[in-house]
Amino acid sequence: MKFVDEYRDAKAAQDFADAIHRITTRPWTLMEICGGQTHAIVKFGVDELLPSQITLLHGPGCPVCVTPVELIDKATEISAQSGVIFTSFGDMLRVPGTSTDLLSCKAAGADVRMVYSPLDALKMAQANPDRQVVFFAVGFETTAPANAMAVYLARKQGIKNFSILVSHVLVPPAIEAILSSPRNRVQGFLAAGHVCAVTGYNEYEPLAQKYKVPFVVTGFEPLDILQGIYMTVKQLEEGRVEVENQYARAVRRNGNEEAQAVMRDVFTVVNRKWRGIGEIPLSGLGLNAAYADFDAEKRFGVADYHAEESTECISGLILQGEKKPHQCPAFGTRCTPEHPLGATMVSTEGACAAYYRYRRVENLEVSKV
Amino acid sequence: MSPNELSEFELTCPLPISDYPAVLMAHGGGGRLTHQLIERMFLPTFKNSLLEARHDGAVLPMQQGRVAFTTDSYVVKPLFFPGGDIGKLAVTGTVNDLAMCGARPAYLTAAFIIEEGLPMATLWRVVQSMQHTAEQTGVQIVTGDTKVVDRGKGDQLFINTAGVGIVSYPGTISPGSVQIGDAIILSGDLGRHGMAIMAAREGLTFESAIESDCAPLTDLVFSLLDAGIDVHCLRDLTRGGLASTLVEVAQASGLHVQVDEKSIPVREDVRGACEILGLDPMYVANEGRFAAFVAHQDAERALSILRAQEAASEAVVIGEVQSTTDRMVTMRSMIGANRIVDMISGEQLPRIC
Repeated sequence: MKFVDEYRDAKAAQDFADAIHRITTRPWTLMEICGGQTHAIVKFGVDELLPSQITLLHGPGCPVCVTPVELIDKATEISAQSGVIFTSFGDMLRVPGTSTDLLSCKAAGADVRMVYSPLDALKMAQANPDRQVVFFAVGFETTAPANAMAVYLARKQGIKNFSILVSHVLVPPAIEAILSSPRNRVQGFLAAGHVCAVTGYNEYEPLAQKYKVPFVVTGFEPLDILQGIYMTVKQLEEGRVEVENQYARAVRRNGNEEAQAVMRDVFTVVNRKWRGIGEIPLSGLGLNAAYADFDAEKRFGVADYHAEESTECISGLILQGEKKPHQCPAFGTRCTPEHPLGATMVSTEGACAAYYRYRRVENLEVSKV
Repeated sequence: MSPNELSEFELTCPLPISDYPAVLMAHGGGGRLTHQLIERMFLPTFKNSLLEARHDGAVLPMQQGRVAFTTDSYVVKPLFFPGGDIGKLAVTGTVNDLAMCGARPAYLTAAFIIEEGLPMATLWRVVQSMQHTAEQTGVQIVTGDTKVVDRGKGDQLFINTAGVGIVSYPGTISPGSVQIGDAIILSGDLGRHGMAIMAAREGLTFESAIESDCAPLTDLVFSLLDAGIDVHCLRDLTRGGLASTLVEVAQASGLHVQVDEKSIPVREDVRGACEILGLDPMYVANEGRFAAFVAHQDAERALSILRAQEAASEAVVIGEVQSTTDRMVTMRSMIGANRIVDMISGEQLPRIC
């Protein structure tokens, strides 16, 4: 398939891997931010091609994984109210809250529907004027513009039975939280290409200079990731600290300014709790005063709901790159995709689920076909 | 009902539409309307001597030897989709399960659970499609049942079919018969049925409609068996897709299954749809594809037999069974690294971003 196969070519991958081997003279620890990259790395076995001196840590960029338990609880609570159609992207439906998840709520009679776009939820609201349609607005800067657009259109078109439960998070504050931790081991970042397609990468330059770590804006195909690693290692080996763009076919320095404008119009930057990490100041988006009427938390009276997270799950350490999934004592035993203790085991982008699915056996040795 | 459907219905449906344009509770009540439905719709359509006995069950003539017996229920939504419909699926699904046992399908049952209010024309189209597929696959629908449930208590139409088939192949075709060194042959490209249904169900539009691969596999299977290919196991790749089938076989045989991702054909439009939605074609359902585990020395011959037929012109060897007794499946990825292939816990859910 065009624009995919070129980036999965075995020979080109091996060439890049060889180039990384050639320039690597000492150990380096890198982090890919995005869960999509984690998934691709583990699925294609990108890390198996790397020199042993390079360690990849898997960052907090899986929106499903960092959505706090209490937001899932709010979602299940709202979905159970009469007259509500609760809509969500597919992979949020299985994430466990304190006592239940959205799929179980559906089985118990709630009207929970999977949608592919917030605009589909908006159409549902128009088609069902006597029902309340709520959309679970989850994600990073990638999904925020479309979610903002849905609310913008709802206000413009006077659609009053539509609201969103907002759980938007922002990448740069999470990176800063990792870099400012005294336990930080990350020496270079692969920045998430799709986030940067929206935001651009100006914001990363002060971070790079403040913490003296290189960033490379990186795509999601195996060759993108290998090239991103190559560029990061090259900066480290040469002692440079820059923000470079590997994903130039999708990302411009200033990003998508129209998308940013609609985000600014609808959202405001707020403090946000991250699952497993805790509250990070100014790390998320909430509806601003002009759109407060569309806030499902207020409409359904769940704004003050709080929940404690499982103490057994170490997803916080995993999301911050301090532990690898298989280093968790519960991994693959008490915590599996069927019975996840935390969200990193639920989403296909979660590091634990990716390891469980593709890497359960360490030092896998098989002969080749 | 669209005007087109109506005229087609009036021309062909034996039930007077002016009286009963939709299925009523009484059509499942066992009285005159049930009788009318059977006499005017099911009997003339499925026409065969066993059914015409109008008895509580069909009495089948049996030969010496082994009989395969299977059942499956069909709850697909929408009832009609590009490349097929619930009627075609209800026959091919059960016929294919029999073929996977190495059995030549002979007789089917058909049980309908109909939601009150289903347009009679819809039922008629489904029944016609079942008979058409039955003729194509050489099976007879010899007994059945009709129930009608209250409106809102079903989802238009559910069908259950059970089937029996005659096993004349001397070996045992089952996951437990798989042996070290067996070649794994895939009969064609993956993922079309699942993506066709998803597109139809969710209103997703792609440049061209993806058609389900829904098709009977009997002829393909018997082309191998009749040619004396040493077949150890056959599996159709329905729910859970190729990945789940491979895992089941690795677990049942106690051996290791190794496949090569690059060798697995997936059509461009299916790959594109999967990429957009974040789905893996390895786990997407098929209704006209199977994997054959055949003795290593017969692999090339099996492949050329399959490829000579249009329905399996893209058949390919995707891997082999290896001696490690870890009961696992591994796949060599596009870029040449190895990874585990596992079952997924539920349905694949489209990703956020």
